[in-house]
Amino acid sequence: MLSIKNLHASIEGTEILRGINLEVKAGEVHAIMGPNGSGKSTLASVLAGREEYEVTDGEVIFKGKNLLDLAPEVRAREGVFLAFQYPVEIPGVSSTNFLRTAVNQVREYRGLEALDAVKFLTLMKEKMKLVEIDQKLLSRSLNEGFSGGEKKRNEIFQMAMLDPTLSILDETDSGLDIDALRIVSNGVNQLKSDKNATIVVTHYQRLLDYIVPDYVHVLFKGRIVKSGTKDLALELEEKGYDWIKEEVDSAATV
Amino acid sequence: MSTLTKQDTFIGLLDTAPNNFSAARTLAKESYLSQGIPVAKAEEYKFSNIGKKLEQNISNVAPAQPFEVTSEMVHSSIFAGYEGDLLVFSNGKFLPQLSSKIEGVEVSLISEKNDLAIGSIAKPEKDAFAAINQASFEDGLFISVPKKAQIERPILLLSFNQANGGQVIQPRFWIEAGDFAEVTFIDQSISLGDNSYFVNKVIELKGGVNTHLKYYRLQNESKSAIEVSNIETDVQKDARFTSVNISLSGDLVRNNLSLNLLGSNSEGNMYGIYLLNGKSHVDNHTNVDHTIPHAESNELYKGILADQSRGVFNGKIFVRQDAQKTNAFQQNNNILLSEDAIINTKPQLEIWADDVKCSHGCTVGQLDEEALFYLQARGIDKTQAKGLLLYAFAGEVLEKIEEESFRVYCDTLIQERLGSKF
Repeated sequence: MLSIKNLHASIEGTEILRGINLEVKAGEVHAIMGPNGSGKSTLASVLAGREEYEVTDGEVIFKGKNLLDLAPEVRAREGVFLAFQYPVEIPGVSSTNFLRTAVNQVREYRGLEALDAVKFLTLMKEKMKLVEIDQKLLSRSLNEGFSGGEKKRNEIFQMAMLDPTLSILDETDSGLDIDALRIVSNGVNQLKSDKNATIVVTHYQRLLDYIVPDYVHVLFKGRIVKSGTKDLALELEEKGYDWIKEEVDSAATV
Repeated sequence: MSTLTKQDTFIGLLDTAPNNFSAARTLAKESYLSQGIPVAKAEEYKFSNIGKKLEQNISNVAPAQPFEVTSEMVHSSIFAGYEGDLLVFSNGKFLPQLSSKIEGVEVSLISEKNDLAIGSIAKPEKDAFAAINQASFEDGLFISVPKKAQIERPILLLSFNQANGGQVIQPRFWIEAGDFAEVTFIDQSISLGDNSYFVNKVIELKGGVNTHLKYYRLQNESKSAIEVSNIETDVQKDARFTSVNISLSGDLVRNNLSLNLLGSNSEGNMYGIYLLNGKSHVDNHTNVDHTIPHAESNELYKGILADQSRGVFNGKIFVRQDAQKTNAFQQNNNILLSEDAIINTKPQLEIWADDVKCSHGCTVGQLDEEALFYLQARGIDKTQAKGLLLYAFAGEVLEKIEEESFRVYCDTLIQERLGSKF
């Protein structure tokens, strides 16, 4: 489904990603871990099409298409979903109107008919249950005045509404208490199928108790330096990132 | 005072004035002669060189004559859903046969009201254009709402403008409302054709105590329309005046809006949107004068400027020494959509009292890129996402319009302009 080869990306002349290689197949959950500043969020942003990053080398093929050639909205319609680390507050834009516009533009691209108000509301109510989000929140302006946990739940709710094939969760767990984490993870797990895939970007292993990954990759200095199973995450939890750093640095000096 | 190129020509216009209100006209003429048409050096017109614009575009400084307006034209011009009353004008001349008989409201020509204190609210010495209008207006409309009258249906002032050779149209209104009266006006002009013309409008509003007056205006005239308006009102004890001004088009538009808060517990609200493209130039000069304690003023103007358009905002809040416990708030926010668009914004606070709450702020910026990316990342087309964000930006002002059909109409025009469909 997703094939990343030798991906290099920089921002304002500073290279952040220095040759990422990653293969993700349908039905899989991949966790990307790594210390702060290793490039995790950059990878998520580049995949979603954030313009500040310049891709200097490499390719990303998503469902047979060159993802890097597509505008962010087209990537979304193709099925890429980024759950933002910091969801944006947009005063004056109602959550419901926004989502209906988004859902219908995505549906149109996928050759599905637009949802009328009634069908849209029915879908919304169904998906709201997944993340236990209150309808009152959705009658407000998008993310405006939402708590941290509410914003993250709203991200997963939007994910449920847009029905992506590749979901990228960028530090969705950071700042959440256990209850919110459980709700968010539960939502993600229910949306999992053998047709879609999930990339979980996180600093902490904690989230991976709830969303169990098939593969764990450690990103350091813009490269994936170690891959393994969920046991790797537990090892990181126990030993921290220093031993990885030492391994990489000693390998570099050899 | 200033060197004038057009002064002599305007004198010609002044000489065509009717004989009524001779004292007021003479005073105004003298006032004009001492002020002259403002040129680039005039502080109050620094960013809007109206003298030059008139020189370039107004070839025929003569009163524009009324032309035929049919009831079909009127019907097709009224926005959808409007169910209020209607007063129709052709090049500033009132057309009673096409206008409503408004229940409970007196409507007559100013020329029938010889003892009217013309210029006692919008004083000619404050602005050269107010002076020209007062010295030379042909006729105008007197509207009086009696004491305690609650006029539930809004009154639409629908003006058709079409002047050849860039003639001058000088509407003048005297609106008065007795104590406790409530009334809403909607002011809209329709340009017929693309000819240049100059509208020089004066509205004086005199409200009693505890009145609730609302004045909504849509400026969506032709790209060659030049307009200066002076709108001024006295707000008495416990009274409230609210103005919402939506500017979407015009060549050069200058709006002078002045509120004199004269009684305690009075409230003055001034809201506006200027959403401009092409070479449109809209200048909003507002002035609120807090003369007494315990009054409140609120002001919010928002600008969205595309292409080579230009916006000017100058908001003056004057708090006199006696005006303790004043609450005065002013905000002007702008989004520039092109490198060539210009905004000149100047909040002016002059506070002589020491126990007041006043705030002002202005911002100039571009669209929030992070918000734009967020919407795109959810599958929304970039153009539409921009429209959605700009519409949300303007929405804060639009919601101040309480008359629903008019709000929906302005809303639709703004959405069309922004290329968003919501």
